[in-house]
Amino acid sequence: MTESPTRGPRVGLFATCLMNVFRPNVGFSAVKLLEDAGCSVEVPANQTCCGQPGYNSGDYDAARALARQVIETFENYDYIVGPSGSCMATIRHDYPVLFQDDPMWLPRAQALSEKAWELLSFLADVLHAAPADSHYDGTVTYHDSCSGLRGLGIKGQPRALLGEVDGLKLKEMEDSEVCCGFGGTFCVKYPEISEKMVEDKVRNVLATGADTLVGGDLGCLMNIAGRLRRINAPVKVFHTAEVLAGLADGPGLAGAAKESD
Amino acid sequence: MEIRSKEFKQRAVFAIHDASLQQALGKARGGFVGKRAQQAAELPEFEQLREEAKNTKNHILDNLDHYLERYEAAVTAAGGHVHWARDAEEARRIILDICKRVDAKTVTKGKSMVSEEIGLNEALIEHGMEVVETDLGEYIIQLAHEPPSHIIAPAVHKTKDQVSDLFEKAHGGPRKTEVADLVNEARRVLRDKYFKADVGITGGNFLVAETGSSIIVTNEGNGDLTQTLAKVHIVTSGIERVVPTLDDATLFLRLLARSATGQETETYTTISTGPRRAGDLDGPEEYHVVLVDNGRSKMLAGRFKDMLRCIRCGACMNHCPVYGAVGGHAYGWVYPGPMGSVLTPLIKGLDNAYDLPNACTLNGRCASVCPVKIPLPDLLRELRHMQHQQDITPVMQKRALQVWRYVATRPKLYHALEQVGARFLSAIAKNGSIRRLPLAGAWTDVRDLPAPAGRTFLELWQGKRGQK
Ligand code: SF4
Repeated sequence: MTESPTRGPRVGLFATCLMNVFRPNVGFSAVKLLEDAGCSVEVPANQTCCGQPGYNSGDYDAARALARQVIETFENYDYIVGPSGSCMATIRHDYPVLFQDDPMWLPRAQALSEKAWELLSFLADVLHAAPADSHYDGTVTYHDSCSGLRGLGIKGQPRALLGEVDGLKLKEMEDSEVCCGFGGTFCVKYPEISEKMVEDKVRNVLATGADTLVGGDLGCLMNIAGRLRRINAPVKVFHTAEVLAGLADGPGLAGAAKESD
Repeated sequence: MEIRSKEFKQRAVFAIHDASLQQALGKARGGFVGKRAQQAAELPEFEQLREEAKNTKNHILDNLDHYLERYEAAVTAAGGHVHWARDAEEARRIILDICKRVDAKTVTKGKSMVSEEIGLNEALIEHGMEVVETDLGEYIIQLAHEPPSHIIAPAVHKTKDQVSDLFEKAHGGPRKTEVADLVNEARRVLRDKYFKADVGITGGNFLVAETGSSIIVTNEGNGDLTQTLAKVHIVTSGIERVVPTLDDATLFLRLLARSATGQETETYTTISTGPRRAGDLDGPEEYHVVLVDNGRSKMLAGRFKDMLRCIRCGACMNHCPVYGAVGGHAYGWVYPGPMGSVLTPLIKGLDNAYDLPNACTLNGRCASVCPVKIPLPDLLRELRHMQHQQDITPVMQKRALQVWRYVATRPKLYHALEQVGARFLSAIAKNGSIRRLPLAGAWTDVRDLPAPAGRTFLELWQGKRGQK
């Protein structure tokens, strides 16, 4: 692994499944933020999923199969960075646990774990970067996604970065740290409970009067945005990275101009 | 108590649509969470105490046999008796034997989750005894013929109106509507029972090995009356509740009240050691401790040992959004919420409680407040793993995981399917949303699916920057 003297760290971008399918703009925002901060970014084509769906469903073998693939694909980068607290917490915390009895893979899992970062904490804690004169007109409320918050200690970083965005007003919601009810397969296994939880979340979002909701995990954002759309609430929803990169234009995940139907 | 955890899903849906339950839950949730946060913030060493408590508990569990032996010796030296119960049945038999020997007619009870765990009330009643719960919450649910829905606030699911109704029916009118009047009425009814009681049964928050004492904490003082006024005092407790010294007990006491109800300390902390001694003004003539194993020593030997650190504070359920949505009864057995979702499958069988470890988003809020730092989400995931290994996981889910694994370990295939998916979803979307999606009703019944734009990130990236 050679790091050219003129470029910053060589970062492999972890393109999460939801981002890849539902919100490519988050990926381009991540690339922009990382490049602006001096990284050279690559998106290895051999990546798929971090393996968390298997791990959290109790299928540890499947999770290990995916983890090995991620390790092989990313271990030669200086860092693996992804716009998701959930996936990155899996790589950071769960990979070493998955391979704790495997002397072959454990060191590799540990090595990757140490250079695995969620995008915003990487920007703030490792690169000490500030978003380059981005601008957002609006009042924004921030949802703390659980894995990022409790797994990776992400709380102040996104808020500090958002605070640098010109024109943006941050308005905290009640219970911003309470789960939105997504929970991966939870939301389809227990739809009624999930509905109750997202209802509570949406009520707190709306109570702020903010016109935009941002957060760091697309799973939660799709859940909340989907609910906002269902009740025709005109709140826009973006990944934090989109706002920071100045790419939060267009409809976002919710809040699109709607024809009545 | 019969286990009904298999009905979790139905009971949860029922609970979500129960307006008075939702009203009661909403009220309680705000109170507990806010008060605990305030207590934690006001005690600078709170986080340090959690770490200390975890380490002390781990030390105790590593030397549990030693401390239990010391505890037994100390109880015996103080004139009390220790009984060992392997399981619920044995525990019931021991207690029944004591009650029958002293020809008990009336048995008063302080709050004890272990007595719920071993199904004690039913057994005593079956043998003709009158059982009176003296904790106000327990008393309420006893009148309602319901099990507790919370380990420290057993009647938290009841609204004040419902309590008024219950009291009016049980005590005769006039119907009281003020909390103070309701409490006084319960006091008056219960007072007689304390004096009539032949046996008083309490739990034990902590058992002190050094002195042979049992410690209970209450906010009503009912535990004290239960254990000092009856002729015989029986303590029921799990074997994991022993602590080495009184000093150690104070460490846990500092955490318990703050974590449980957000109080600095409970109103009453009562330490009892042995029966009444010559010259004592009051106290029971006999003092018994029934130490219940009921699956605990098996936990001690395996990967769920961490769970035995639990001091039954209830903070995990107070902070659990699933518990907050469905309440305690949905869980179908004695212990609800995150700690119950770990304990119930371990005590009652993995296949008897399939949903409990699964009905969790693994959001981790429970572990972040647990005073003894039990990694509850990790334990729940571990239970899912055991269900998967033992083929308790539904076949469809296992199949789906196999397919997912097959595809996800083949990047080209995975990306091709993602591309097809993105295009399909984009094509059927209206105004950026999908409102109905076949096979995804569980998602779209509740919310729209925000539609993708049509091309995947990897596709677009390759177009822009070429393959790396
Ligand atoms: S698991 Fe922790 S938070 Fe839950 S009751 Fe036990 S000690 Fe309290």
